[in-house]
Amino acid sequence: MPDGAKLAPVAEAEALTLKDYKSGDKPIWCPGCGDFGVLSATYKALATLQLQRHEVVVVAGIGCSSRTPYFMSTFGFHGVHGRSLPIATGVKLANPDLTVLVMGGDGDLMAIGAGHFPHAAARNIDLTCVMMDNQTYGLTKAQSSPTSFIGHKSKSTPYGVITKPMNAVLFALSNGATFVARGYSARPNELTQLMVQGIQHKGFSFVHVQSPCAEFFNTYDYYDEHVTDLPEDWDRHDLKTAIAMALTEEKVHLGVFYQEERPVFERTSWEFEPERQQFDLETYLKRFS
Amino acid sequence: MPRDDFIIRIGGDTAIGGVISTGENFTLAAARLGFHTFTFRTYPAEIKGGHAWFQVRISNRSVVSLGDGCDILIAFDQEAYELHRGDLNDGGVLIYDSDLVQPEDGRFIRYGVPFQKIARQELDFVRGTNVLILGVMAGLFGLAPASLEEMVRSRYKRRAELVEKNLEALNYGYQYTKKIQKQDKFWLGTADHVARLIMSGNDAITAGALYAGCRYFAGYPITPASDILETMAIQLPRFGGVCLQAEDEMAALASVIGASYAGMKAMTATSGPGFSLMTELLGLSSMAEVPVVIVDAQRSGPSTGMPTKLEQGDLFQALYGGHGDFPRIVVAPGSVQNCFRVTVLAFGLAEKYQCPVIILSDQSLSHRTETVEKVDTERLSGLVMQRLRPNGVEPGEYLRYQLNDNGVSPMAVPGLDTHPYVATGLEHDERGHPRLSPTTHEAMTAKRFAKLEAARMEIDNEELAPRYGEEKADLGIIGWGATQGSIREAVDRALGKGYRVAAMHPRVLNPLPEERLREFIGSCKQVLVPEVNYQGQFAHHLAATLGVRPLRLNKIGGLPFTPGEVFAKIEEVLNHA
Repeated sequence: MPDGAKLAPVAEAEALTLKDYKSGDKPIWCPGCGDFGVLSATYKALATLQLQRHEVVVVAGIGCSSRTPYFMSTFGFHGVHGRSLPIATGVKLANPDLTVLVMGGDGDLMAIGAGHFPHAAARNIDLTCVMMDNQTYGLTKAQSSPTSFIGHKSKSTPYGVITKPMNAVLFALSNGATFVARGYSARPNELTQLMVQGIQHKGFSFVHVQSPCAEFFNTYDYYDEHVTDLPEDWDRHDLKTAIAMALTEEKVHLGVFYQEERPVFERTSWEFEPERQQFDLETYLKRFS
Repeated sequence: MPRDDFIIRIGGDTAIGGVISTGENFTLAAARLGFHTFTFRTYPAEIKGGHAWFQVRISNRSVVSLGDGCDILIAFDQEAYELHRGDLNDGGVLIYDSDLVQPEDGRFIRYGVPFQKIARQELDFVRGTNVLILGVMAGLFGLAPASLEEMVRSRYKRRAELVEKNLEALNYGYQYTKKIQKQDKFWLGTADHVARLIMSGNDAITAGALYAGCRYFAGYPITPASDILETMAIQLPRFGGVCLQAEDEMAALASVIGASYAGMKAMTATSGPGFSLMTELLGLSSMAEVPVVIVDAQRSGPSTGMPTKLEQGDLFQALYGGHGDFPRIVVAPGSVQNCFRVTVLAFGLAEKYQCPVIILSDQSLSHRTETVEKVDTERLSGLVMQRLRPNGVEPGEYLRYQLNDNGVSPMAVPGLDTHPYVATGLEHDERGHPRLSPTTHEAMTAKRFAKLEAARMEIDNEELAPRYGEEKADLGIIGWGATQGSIREAVDRALGKGYRVAAMHPRVLNPLPEERLREFIGSCKQVLVPEVNYQGQFAHHLAATLGVRPLRLNKIGGLPFTPGEVFAKIEEVLNHA
């Protein structure tokens, strides 16, 4: 945190409601878009946790889902395509007391920004990354994405997708994410619970959300049929079983796949030198004499 | 009469080891005695093996450039002799390993010493070759051996057996010179014993950044900027800061933008290839109005180019790189000493004007060391700035991107201010919400550029655009960055010969100090722009901004200008006038 800085005091202890987290700007999304469900789950999760609006930063890249910051009354950063995770990393390292959410889509996080994802996960920086996966590029109108199904015909893949779709949950698990969950935008209550847990978790939380694009690639029927909760006796602390489950193709499992406690990058970084010194140029320069 | 301002060059294969460290140790010992030094080095791009050379100019007066050629060449091997003998000045000295180098009869004085054989057979200490050479250098050129002994002791203080072996090697070399009949005139007199610092450009940039209040750094390793990352990694945690080794340069600048948005003064450092990757984010920081400082230690390009050699080839990229119209500030220090001030200035301008500031260094400035005078912190402190915050504004009334005359609007910090807003790369209204109308884009673009004009008024002064030489000149030289010393020395030489010349060396390249430059150009019959690039990038920039058509002196090849090269051009221009 900046030198000598203190969190701004909160005026009154009045409970915040869902409405308090709305910016008042109307989402630009198409009717039926899954992202509405995710946005509403986000409001609910923040209200559940009673987080102060000026202590929350929502960071996004580019894409339909990356518009989220404008619909929130919290601090926000709408950056460039693919760089939401490193921007959020800087925010969190600068001030570990902030709650930092990264909201984006499958293009932002699994294509142009995929190079940052394993590093954020491996560092275990305390961010909650919510990926709204609609398996298409909505903002640029219906090209295929890294999570599109094989055979999916789109404007950019007129002969059908021939690339194996990326498995975002597997990607997160195999790179050291310490909280990995999947939700479905059409089940906002369960999703809210996943987001609450993700935000509470100390470390890199990844919430993969199947969030269909009603306009260009409507998969509601598919997911209504294929989603199923993880087994009731699911052990969320077993990485190998979680990976095996992530590889399952018959069903799309919802719930918390995995969770572990591991030191958090920004706290460790801040504790390398417990004794802080004031910088004094003359003292510092003595090493060069 | 003895010469007490001379240049020693040491060359050899890095596989043998000790080429650079011999030079560094000699330099450090001399600097501690109060001599002024100016080093230059090139590394091979190979990790082990390949030819490396190190050069130090040493004097008991101030030295501002690497000088011309070399006066003393120490050749570890035949390759070093072959590569550098052409640069050895008339009357110079060749010191060589007499078993490994076969010099032809030449125009220089020769001292052959079987360095490796002595180390192996007499000292039974092969790794002591470079300390043995130090002893020989001290004996031949008048450096008190006590200063070298002290350095050996401190260097190996944790390993007593190595102290003894090295002292023995040092002393052997020193005594050996009594057998050599000295025929040259190079001899260091006594220096003033004033304590100075010896540091590189990267050292000074890092120190300046810490002084300015930089507490967040992110970088990706790249020559010749990596040592800024390495120093920040160890230093920042001591001063309440944090350093991130990023996964690539985009992540480095993105996280710097994030940290600055969250209230930290933040910086990244890179070289050309990394700077290219950062370009999109450069535009974001300008559009979202987030202060950042980016160091570009230029190297020879394009593409991977010559990673360990210098070029002033990134000026266009710094000035114009990126899509769309957006303002950025570009600064360039002229010497190691100047790196402090320019870095503190860079942070001050970034914070005050909430925009990206690029510090253009280059391989020679980043890696060379100079003896620098004690830093005057009183003069620096006025440059330290804090950004404008929404103090006293009701959160409901807060306009992050408020339109006003100088373009600077209050920036709330998450957690510290109760004024949430969205920082954005989309065109936006005063609140920061997307607004893509023609009038908004016009008004907001004008707001962002207004900051550049406000910054220009602030930097258009003598301090930041120093002038040197005659008031009315037949030839005026405008330089930028690390060429300063060679230009200054060439101007001195020309003035000494009666030429009417002058020089100006602005530290801020965007916005240009237009009034100072116009006045300077108006006082000179012709203008010359020397720069280490092919296209004449600064000459272009001056032409585009001021409408002048300067003469050009361009050098590429990976090495800096020598004073002699600039002087030769001055003579050529003025004798043909």
